[in-house]
Amino acid sequence: MDFSLDKKHEMARSLFREFAENEAKPLAQEVDETEEFPMETVKKMQKYGFMGIPVPKEYGGQGCDPLTYVMCVEELSKVCATTGVVVSAHTSLCIDPILTYGTEEQKQKYVKPLASGEKIGAFALTEPGAGTDAQGAQTKAVLDGDEWILNGSKCFITNGKVADVYIVIAITSVTEDKRGRKKKNFSAFIVDKGAPGFSFGTKEKKMGIRGSSTYELIFEDCRIPKDNLLGPEGKGFPIAMHTLDGGRIGIAAQALGIAEGALERAVEYTKERKQFGRSIAQQQNTQFKLADMATRVEAAQMLVYKAAMAKATQKVYSVEAAKAKLFAAETAMAVTTEVVQLFGGYGYIREYDVERMMRDAKITEIYEGTSEVQRMVISGALLK
Amino acid sequence: MKIVVCVKQVPDTKGGVKFNPDGTLDRAAMLTIMNPDDKAGLEAALRLKDEYGAEVTVLTMGLPKADEVLREAIAMGADHGILVTDRVLGGADTWATSTTIAGAIRNLEYDLIITGRQAIDGDTAQVGPQIAEHLGLPVISYAQDIKIDGDSVIVQRQYEDRYHELKAKMPCLITALSELNEPRYMTPGGIFDAYEKEVTVWGRADLKDVDDSNLGLKGSPTKIAKASDKVRKGAGEKVTLDAEEAVAYLMGKFKEKHVI
Repeated sequence: MDFSLDKKHEMARSLFREFAENEAKPLAQEVDETEEFPMETVKKMQKYGFMGIPVPKEYGGQGCDPLTYVMCVEELSKVCATTGVVVSAHTSLCIDPILTYGTEEQKQKYVKPLASGEKIGAFALTEPGAGTDAQGAQTKAVLDGDEWILNGSKCFITNGKVADVYIVIAITSVTEDKRGRKKKNFSAFIVDKGAPGFSFGTKEKKMGIRGSSTYELIFEDCRIPKDNLLGPEGKGFPIAMHTLDGGRIGIAAQALGIAEGALERAVEYTKERKQFGRSIAQQQNTQFKLADMATRVEAAQMLVYKAAMAKATQKVYSVEAAKAKLFAAETAMAVTTEVVQLFGGYGYIREYDVERMMRDAKITEIYEGTSEVQRMVISGALLK
Repeated sequence: MKIVVCVKQVPDTKGGVKFNPDGTLDRAAMLTIMNPDDKAGLEAALRLKDEYGAEVTVLTMGLPKADEVLREAIAMGADHGILVTDRVLGGADTWATSTTIAGAIRNLEYDLIITGRQAIDGDTAQVGPQIAEHLGLPVISYAQDIKIDGDSVIVQRQYEDRYHELKAKMPCLITALSELNEPRYMTPGGIFDAYEKEVTVWGRADLKDVDDSNLGLKGSPTKIAKASDKVRKGAGEKVTLDAEEAVAYLMGKFKEKHVI
């Protein structure tokens, strides 16, 4: 077992780090403050292929593996968690399901412009009444001749308004089982921005990842071509769950990046900050805290990379993804909270990045499956 | 058009500098980067490739580890990489280095050779012009802009307060300044391709028309007497006085330190 990265992955990491430092870091504070989507950075990421890292070259991607993609999200999130989630949602939640379940025509039509970054992708499952209980969703789709007609709304959608392509999960039929219980059958659809009857609701004002475009999507007799059904009719729920398994690895990488970014700043700051005549890094309290954080961060990295490797080599990787996301998200929250404490009053001030990092970290314990959901997935597999 | 770009792997000044007992740099122990002027030269070649179409070959001389800068160049868009490495070539000064590189380039077809102005570890700015001399080529140094005009290049040669616009017939050699451009990033897919590609490795036996007496440490007329990391000076002393008092203060200090 070898835990070191090979040369190409090392080089990819240095690329992502250099890009993040030069391009994303200088804008991070402004993106947070103004709640503006970092379009300038996304355009640069398009140019250098960051929007289609794990996508085969034949579909316009970079032909790299999930680990490379994960390192990209990690390095971006170290300096700007908003930029990290833009790439994660686009790649894992929109490109990946089309690549996995799409027809050749759908891949040609949608994956190519998404992977090249010409278009941005999003994924819409959550509804006001259906979060963790995704089965509670109400959005419906009915086939009418050559078109599906969608009605309903989706909320908290990442890349909400900036996206061009959306994966939307909707009920296509309700059946009864042997005992007469009603069961909703979901299907997945590819919806283009600008489809008739598709509009945007409110923009959410958030605690963290404030530059991320989070919107409500509204479908009022929204008509999309029949061919935009993704995968078999009635298989929307397993498609959504499998998509989220991949998405969780991306979010785990985002959380890992946030934790690493906060820890790096803590190391710099505690060496500089003097109290009682010496740097606070010379106080054992600080040293022990740094040691605990570094250990935890590395453990998170191992789980995240392991999950990425599992995605590359296994058909099913739900448990690996759940463990990685659970641990990395809770690490991000714990580490950023501790780092703010080490910074003291300065940690609470917006001028210092760690305050933003603490706010950004919280969402990683919530979206793409809360920490509680991850525990359900992990224990479910254990007790099977 | 065929372009050869010469690049050097140099210590990353952000990391520490380490020396061998003989005063030469311990390159194996240091963090490294592609020399900034060379990277600008590579970018210039890649822009010519984008605009006019060209085959870009990147050449470096160094330890086997210098293979990394070639992979980086390929990940940025270069077509081929050649590593010239051999124990007998070690410890070379600018003369032995340019002799070696010219010997390697003699095996290649080229219209244009681009090198960086100088490397951040040696700062001599000699190797580029020396290669041109060995190969009998015109050289335009300190390029801040490069254009192709038929079978010639039109280059702006930078001075402190002005530039000269020079035209030279190809084949010729240009040395590039880091101010020439903003080098592009690699792409992730480019990196994966670069590690699948074969990098050509040449040793002493592959050098054309060179004499052993001009190679390696033995063939180097320059010897390093002593080398050290930059000694950090203290913050100094700052005093605010009017002119007369200041002169008196300075004179006192000079006498105290036996400067006068």
